[in-house]
Amino acid sequence: MSAPTLSPRPTTTGPVDERLLPVPHRVVDVRRDTADTMTIGLEPIHGMPPPFEPGQVDMLYAFGTGEVPISISSSTQVADRREYTIRRVGAVTTALTNVERGDRIGVRGPFGVPWPVEAARGGDVVVIAGGIGLAPLRAAILHVLEHRQAYGQLSLLYGARTAGDILYREELETWRSRLDVDIDVTIDAAGSGWHGNVGVVTRLVPRARFDEQRATALLCGPEVMMRYGAQALLDRGIAPERIFVSAERNMLCGIGTCGHCQLGPYFLCHDGPVLSWDRVGPYMSVREL
Amino acid sequence: MALAAETARVLDLEGLEALVEALHARDYEVIGPRVRDGVISLAPLSSAADLPIGWSDDQRPGHYRLVERGDDARFGYAVGPDAPKRWLLPPHSEVFEAEGDGTGFTLRPAEPPSRRFAFLGVRPCELAGIAVQDRVFIRDDLRDVTYASRREDILTVAVHCGEPAGTCFCASVGTGPRAEDGFDLALTELVGEDHRFVVEVGSEQGRELLAAVPTEPAAEGDLTVAAAVTDDASRRMGRDLDTEGLREDLLGALGSSRYRDVARRCLACGNCTFVCPTCFCTGLVDRNALDGSHTARERTWNSCFTIGFSYIHGGGIRESVSSRYRQWLTHKLATWQDQFDVLGCVGCGRCITWCPVGIDITEEARAIRATAVPGGGAR
Repeated sequence: MSAPTLSPRPTTTGPVDERLLPVPHRVVDVRRDTADTMTIGLEPIHGMPPPFEPGQVDMLYAFGTGEVPISISSSTQVADRREYTIRRVGAVTTALTNVERGDRIGVRGPFGVPWPVEAARGGDVVVIAGGIGLAPLRAAILHVLEHRQAYGQLSLLYGARTAGDILYREELETWRSRLDVDIDVTIDAAGSGWHGNVGVVTRLVPRARFDEQRATALLCGPEVMMRYGAQALLDRGIAPERIFVSAERNMLCGIGTCGHCQLGPYFLCHDGPVLSWDRVGPYMSVREL
Repeated sequence: MALAAETARVLDLEGLEALVEALHARDYEVIGPRVRDGVISLAPLSSAADLPIGWSDDQRPGHYRLVERGDDARFGYAVGPDAPKRWLLPPHSEVFEAEGDGTGFTLRPAEPPSRRFAFLGVRPCELAGIAVQDRVFIRDDLRDVTYASRREDILTVAVHCGEPAGTCFCASVGTGPRAEDGFDLALTELVGEDHRFVVEVGSEQGRELLAAVPTEPAAEGDLTVAAAVTDDASRRMGRDLDTEGLREDLLGALGSSRYRDVARRCLACGNCTFVCPTCFCTGLVDRNALDGSHTARERTWNSCFTIGFSYIHGGGIRESVSSRYRQWLTHKLATWQDQFDVLGCVGCGRCITWCPVGIDITEEARAIRATAVPGGGAR
């Protein structure tokens, strides 16, 4: 390797990168999903939001509290409004789940690499989601449903902790009533009212309907779930280049300069969060990396 | 290294003073070495008299002391704890302020700075540090305003290094002790009865500046002596880092037991990251008024040695000190190459000197790569 040399003098000037500045949005919809999870709908105070692709992330800013990365979970076909499903885990997400219609929230984004919904055309799509991990996948599922004839089988394997933690329950039932979607749901701990699967979601992989040779897999959930899920898919014969996970690290700036969201060589806000298993698997398999 | 005789000039001590005055006259804030708080720091200079006249630095792992040289050298030391990073990517900078108005807020973005900096006495390793940060902050799809707005108007008067410290290894990573380019002017200090500086011109700005100060043409002998200063410094490097195959070896040794060993010594204080001229990680901190009426978002230096650095809901990803040391070392020496096609280390040795327990990056890299398993780990 040669020694670093100075680049030509940069000549552009201007104020702060606008991607670092939250744009005021109005809360137009608030829905409770589970005991600790809400879906909120936001519209810009002025103009239209920039276009996004399924799997991309926005930074949501609760004035006076702080900012967190949240995946956009609504359809890309809805141009004027975006939805975000937020689980209450800390101060900012508590503020964001306590909003009411009319409140204002800052938004900047979208950031990151989306799910490969275009590259997946022509083949089967298998979606594996764990818990709140279904939220970043919802936009991809909606995309496949909106372009249903462009894809083969659509299988959704979804795992939640308990029956009460199942996200988008009504929507899941609507999708399940379709003849062209396979949905398999499992929970970790069942009460007497549950008659479905019990156990980890990765156990659903061997019986899921997809053609290993032409399927694309999309995974989002706890890291351990994605590791075992990817392994189960590899065991069935899907190539690692066709297995995609949405990896999570501490995203702050969104533009690949603050360094917090690094996983190996990747800035997840810029090179991810969606990465194929052949690229990210070797790093995700190292503890505490 | 042969100096170009046709462009080289010689500057005496009065000429050096005139150079500082010429920079001030061109509305530069002149940042250079001066003795402060027991170290040679980088700070604004009002004249060449502020330079660390007669001082050198004794640097070893976990050890830094100013020592008197017994002469009146202006640049007779290696490097202090400050790098130009302190000025180009300040430890604290504002991103925006916002005022609350009941249900919402109004933003006021920060303005870029109006000052422009001239760095006097910047070392070749520090020029290399700026070149590395240029790749981080100024890319095809990105212009980091905090950095670029300070960086784009700088002027550099480099001083080739004649006094490497015991912790230095620039020669082995190809960044010094003589700068090949990237400067507006570059000086080689020749201490002695006829105290003078051999000057090379690196840019049009440098040429214009030099024309404003009294100089003499360099004699053939001056160039030979100047080249000998850095040739000699090359041979006196306290340490070395073998960069051949370093990335592959380190990524092949992510599970090395040496990380547990270094974690028993590492205090996770983050000193190495703050003195490093290339470490670029920053945090965004909101300073919120207690009554909820006002907030200011600030960008601050951050260190991957804190648990909070990797925090996501539920806790930090890198809880053990060994994982944090591994993140720092493998980023600097391995994954940085994936990201920016350059090593993240310029061989200045600051992380070794300023580590309270004297952990030596060259020694750790050597020990860790010795445990690399062919075909193992993540490559």
